[in-house]
Amino acid sequence: MEREPVPAPADAAPAAGDWMIRFDQVVKRFGDLTVLDHLDFHVRAKERVTLIGPSGSGKTTILRLLMTLERVTGGLIEVDGRPFSHMPGRGGLVPANEKHLRVARRKIGMVFQQFNLFPNMDVMRNITEAPVRSLGRSREEAETRGAELLEMVGLADKAHEHPARLSGGQQQRVAIARALAMEPEILLLDEVTSALDPELVAGVQCLLRDIAQESQLTILCVTHEMHFARDISDRVLMFDRGRIVEDGPPEQIFGEPREQRTRDFLQAVIEAG
Amino acid sequence: MMLSFTAPGPLGTAAEVLPYLLDGAVVTVKVALGATPVALALAFIAGLAGCSGSRWARGVSRGYLEFFRGTAVIVQMYWIFYAMPALTGYRLDPVFAGVIAVGLNLGAYGSEVVRGAIAAVPVPQREAGIALNFGPVQRMVRIILPQAWVAMLPPLNNLWIELLKATSLVSVISVADVIAESRTLRNTGYSPLVVMTLVLLIYLLLALIITLIMRMLERRAAHRVGREPPPLLPRRRRRRPPVPVRGEVA
Amino acid sequence: MDWDWDYALSIAPEMLTTGLKVTLQATFAGALVAFALGLVLALGLRAPWSGIRGPVRLIIEFVRSTPLVAQLFFVYYVFPSALGISMSALATGIVVLGVHYAAYTAEVYRSGIDSVPKGQWEAAVALNLSRPRTWTSVVLPQAVRRVLPMLGNYLIAIFKETPQLTLITVVDILGLGRQLGSENFRYLEPITIAGLFFLLVAIPASLVVRRLEHRLGT
Repeated sequence: MEREPVPAPADAAPAAGDWMIRFDQVVKRFGDLTVLDHLDFHVRAKERVTLIGPSGSGKTTILRLLMTLERVTGGLIEVDGRPFSHMPGRGGLVPANEKHLRVARRKIGMVFQQFNLFPNMDVMRNITEAPVRSLGRSREEAETRGAELLEMVGLADKAHEHPARLSGGQQQRVAIARALAMEPEILLLDEVTSALDPELVAGVQCLLRDIAQESQLTILCVTHEMHFARDISDRVLMFDRGRIVEDGPPEQIFGEPREQRTRDFLQAVIEAG
Repeated sequence: MMLSFTAPGPLGTAAEVLPYLLDGAVVTVKVALGATPVALALAFIAGLAGCSGSRWARGVSRGYLEFFRGTAVIVQMYWIFYAMPALTGYRLDPVFAGVIAVGLNLGAYGSEVVRGAIAAVPVPQREAGIALNFGPVQRMVRIILPQAWVAMLPPLNNLWIELLKATSLVSVISVADVIAESRTLRNTGYSPLVVMTLVLLIYLLLALIITLIMRMLERRAAHRVGREPPPLLPRRRRRRPPVPVRGEVA
Repeated sequence: MDWDWDYALSIAPEMLTTGLKVTLQATFAGALVAFALGLVLALGLRAPWSGIRGPVRLIIEFVRSTPLVAQLFFVYYVFPSALGISMSALATGIVVLGVHYAAYTAEVYRSGIDSVPKGQWEAAVALNLSRPRTWTSVVLPQAVRRVLPMLGNYLIAIFKETPQLTLITVVDILGLGRQLGSENFRYLEPITIAGLFFLLVAIPASLVVRRLEHRLGT
């Protein structure tokens, strides 16, 4: 996939080797339930990380925090060397307001389990509306880019189709194109094939693998498909109860896991088929 | 208008009174058309305020709703027309007072429809809007409202008919609508059976026109969000599956 | 002209007595008709024979599409001459209110009946209950329980519609207020008192209905 380099903001400090995403003692609670418990982890730029672990272990919450769909209860998230969940104010850091979030979100795109295409817009409009409204692109510019992206996901002929008339796999391809149209630096994939019929899964996974390999994106992926995890990532984080149990390359995690929890989990996944 | 000495049959009477009733019907339609934008604007303002994050806005919206749902249009009309002048020293034009009273009242009911329809748009749609970095206003205008609109139309159809029915009370503040005309004709000696049958038929016809207009809007809206458009002349409010606003795309 | 407390206090007792007597009488009697007739219409909508379903649907649509005032005038002025049926103004008001709102409560019952799970019907068949027995001891008790809050809302709606009965010469709280207003050339106080009366009954009543909704978990 050809992709124009995203121009770095003037005040962007971090050089190579710095962290793209940094979680610093992040706590997330929903009422009495602690989902993330003083979590620390870093992701380097262009790293492709898969989060695995049992349901409720906090993987999806990490993606939702990065997409600002949830707010942290405690701790700090930094993206590209700058505070993300917070902003400077009152002599320290205060929780970010909508204005700060809109700037911060600029770097991040997300593909959802349920696609979440907008039913009130056709396919092309789904892809171009955000670049036009939020990046200030012209309609023509956005549509040219939209056509390229549709071509890439194999749906060039569906530009003016209605989302509801597409199969699940096609909808998810549109959702991927829509996320990429915003030219993110970080792409979040939240169980993107779980809602698809089995025969459509492989095609979407294949597409994402190609995108992962050919782009400069930093990818955070939550999935229950271990093949896909192995294919797409160069690092795997095993989660349990809001903490990282094991952190390593896919060969290690899937080949010779060090932790009992990881072994148990992988065993359970294999048995479940 | 004179008592007829030829004592025509019901059809003859109908032909005699119809022009007067149609004059009244025109006034009824005028009041209804005047009140509709007032009600619609108030419904959207109060409905949006009702789902806003601000406690204050929600409170005002709730107060408006409870106040106007708590009293009947006829009382509000009397108050605006007869009681308010004692406070303001200024009597409103009757048609204007009718438009305001009906608009305020139906706007309150409408705000519940708007609020409910917005709340029924699935949360993931909002989240997809955040993920694509739309601002709060853009999310509402470009994503939430167009989808909520589809769910709003069937209840708005009913409310629009209720609005038409509410205008039937403007004769109490001396507006010469179809009800006022019917009273004059009755008092002049025309057969109440003929006069009132015609009045009922006129309202029926107007309600039918409203339903047809709303049906066309519903079809367009359903088409826009990719759903099977409902048939144009079905049995209203029946045999229609509940609007499936759940799940992003069917 | 300002609010005159002496005047307001002098007319308030008479107005409230009338309000409680006439308005509440019309409300409860009208609601009784509406709730009973609505159930009959709802059963008509579920009748196995389309020769019943069709006309019932038409009647409901007709009643819902025309204003209460027109219906009040029709029954009050047409029935005596055309059908030889004459009722007092209040009785007319009660019947018309009842029929008008029966068209609304019929839909309410219908939704309640539709919401009884299919398994309940099947269980009734499995227990070999007769059809009428299934209705009276299985379906309707559950359906009515589910729709109680909605019926409560319609009770409030009927209450608020009663002032329209003044248009067929019933002297209710609003009618009396109007009379007092024209006698004294002061409408502000009587009309405001009437409005407050409705507000002060309707708002707490709707809070009670909402509590009920909560309790029944609908």
